[in-house]
Amino acid sequence: MSIKEIQEEIVSEFEMFDDWMQRYEYMIDLGKDLPLIDEKYKTDKNIIKGCQSKVWVHAELKGDQLNFTADSDAIITKGIIAILIRTFSGQHPSAIIDADTDFIDQIGLKEHLSPTRANGLVSMIKQLKMYAVAYKTQLN
Amino acid sequence: MLDIQKIRADFPILKREVNGKPLVYFDNAATSQTPQVVIDAIVDYYSNYNSNIHRGVHTLSQEATDAYEVARKKVQAHFNAKHDYEMILTAGTTHAINIVATGFTQFVTKGDEIIVSALEHHSNIVPWQMLCERTGAELKVIPMNEEGSLQMDVYETLVSKKTKLVFMNHVSNALGTVNPIDFVIKKAHAVGAAVLIDGAQATPHMKPDVQALDVDFYVASAHKLCGPTGVGVLYGKEEWLNKLPPYQGGGDMIDQVTFEKTTYAGLPFKFEAGTPNICGGIAFGVALDYMNSIGFENIATYEKELLDYATNALKQIEGLRIYGEADEKTAVISFNVGTIHPYDIGTIVDKLGIAVRTGHHCAQPIMNFYNIPGTVRASFAFYNTKDEIDIFVAAVKRAVMMLS
Repeated sequence: MSIKEIQEEIVSEFEMFDDWMQRYEYMIDLGKDLPLIDEKYKTDKNIIKGCQSKVWVHAELKGDQLNFTADSDAIITKGIIAILIRTFSGQHPSAIIDADTDFIDQIGLKEHLSPTRANGLVSMIKQLKMYAVAYKTQLN
Repeated sequence: MLDIQKIRADFPILKREVNGKPLVYFDNAATSQTPQVVIDAIVDYYSNYNSNIHRGVHTLSQEATDAYEVARKKVQAHFNAKHDYEMILTAGTTHAINIVATGFTQFVTKGDEIIVSALEHHSNIVPWQMLCERTGAELKVIPMNEEGSLQMDVYETLVSKKTKLVFMNHVSNALGTVNPIDFVIKKAHAVGAAVLIDGAQATPHMKPDVQALDVDFYVASAHKLCGPTGVGVLYGKEEWLNKLPPYQGGGDMIDQVTFEKTTYAGLPFKFEAGTPNICGGIAFGVALDYMNSIGFENIATYEKELLDYATNALKQIEGLRIYGEADEKTAVISFNVGTIHPYDIGTIVDKLGIAVRTGHHCAQPIMNFYNIPGTVRASFAFYNTKDEIDIFVAAVKRAVMMLS
């Protein structure tokens, strides 16, 4: 599936819920499916800056696809990074670089998109895309 | 007895909704809300006499200057300082601390010691660390204990002839602990050291008397006292302010300027270079009037009631731990529930219309002491109610259910 298709799938999953509480509960559930980062990569170097909670991300290239693993010490943040990784993992770095993330708005998490928000969703997106830029140069 | 509903009507923001729920504002330790009289003073300034002070002969400038100097006198009266020119109006507490920390560069040398408490906000740590880096002086820390109080017996062993300066907050921002500053000041003066007290967290709850305290410097911010942001005060004893060099050069702080030499203006202007926050200063005076009209004894009594009520209610939540349980504390409750991240609780209660602070509260050494990433901090003001606390406690329970 393309990034766009995965995003549409996530949007339709979230559409099943009518209130924010259910959406948050679902997001927390998605956090439980997050491909967890290997403990050895949980270093300060891999922490995403700009988040009030800790978020570690690791990226690995498999063929021409980039795979992400992550973890967070906060449950909601873990849900957010899980959603992002579900859309980006297994994709070509170029596709990740070009992807837009407007679907966040559609699943009712718009308030997390503000660049000054302490949870750092914007920082997470930026960091995942930076990995993609870095690994794309390896593919060339 | 305070008429809380009448007081609440003074604050327009308390009528608003957040995420479809009535706002419950429990982040007063970060910034207090603004009553209509203060908002009116700001509108009045810009509508009727906005102009630069201490310069013009024209009517508007005279009116603005008079209003600004009246505000200074109100600040002086509030803190019971001896002279109005001992009240330097600043951009806030951090600015005030930096004026003193920078000025002390010439009074401190290698081999000297500076004492700080473990309960400080970063703004009362970093300027002094920078002073130590500049001068080679050594920073000594008064440790805290598990309940969030300072170990005064250790302080007594730290104070010596080498001590040049002691600085600490009157009240801890992260935990609400009221520090025994009377004792601290007496012990410091016995060895000839100066004392700076950061009153940012104390002044919303009590009225310090700088002469009775015999403190050398006392600093505070208007925005925690129902005033505007970007205004604060540095109180300094006249003899200290005369000794300290100016912090910034510019207009308003000079006596005579030639390219060979400039002589500085007297107090307080020596420390007030450039056009100050004139409107903010005037509004600060109005805010102090407002708080004094409610009365700090009334505020303290009522806030204690809120604190006890909230503490008891929160303690019923399984796994909830309160950080900072000193006998003397202000209306601040810092807590965590089990291993749930404070950020998670803060996010859920925000969705329910409640404003609390989460994180390390710019006091990382305290968080390191407890080995936690941060806390949820609810801080109350005299316009909060027990009903709001009920809403908050229910919201925390709901968050815990979602997050466990």
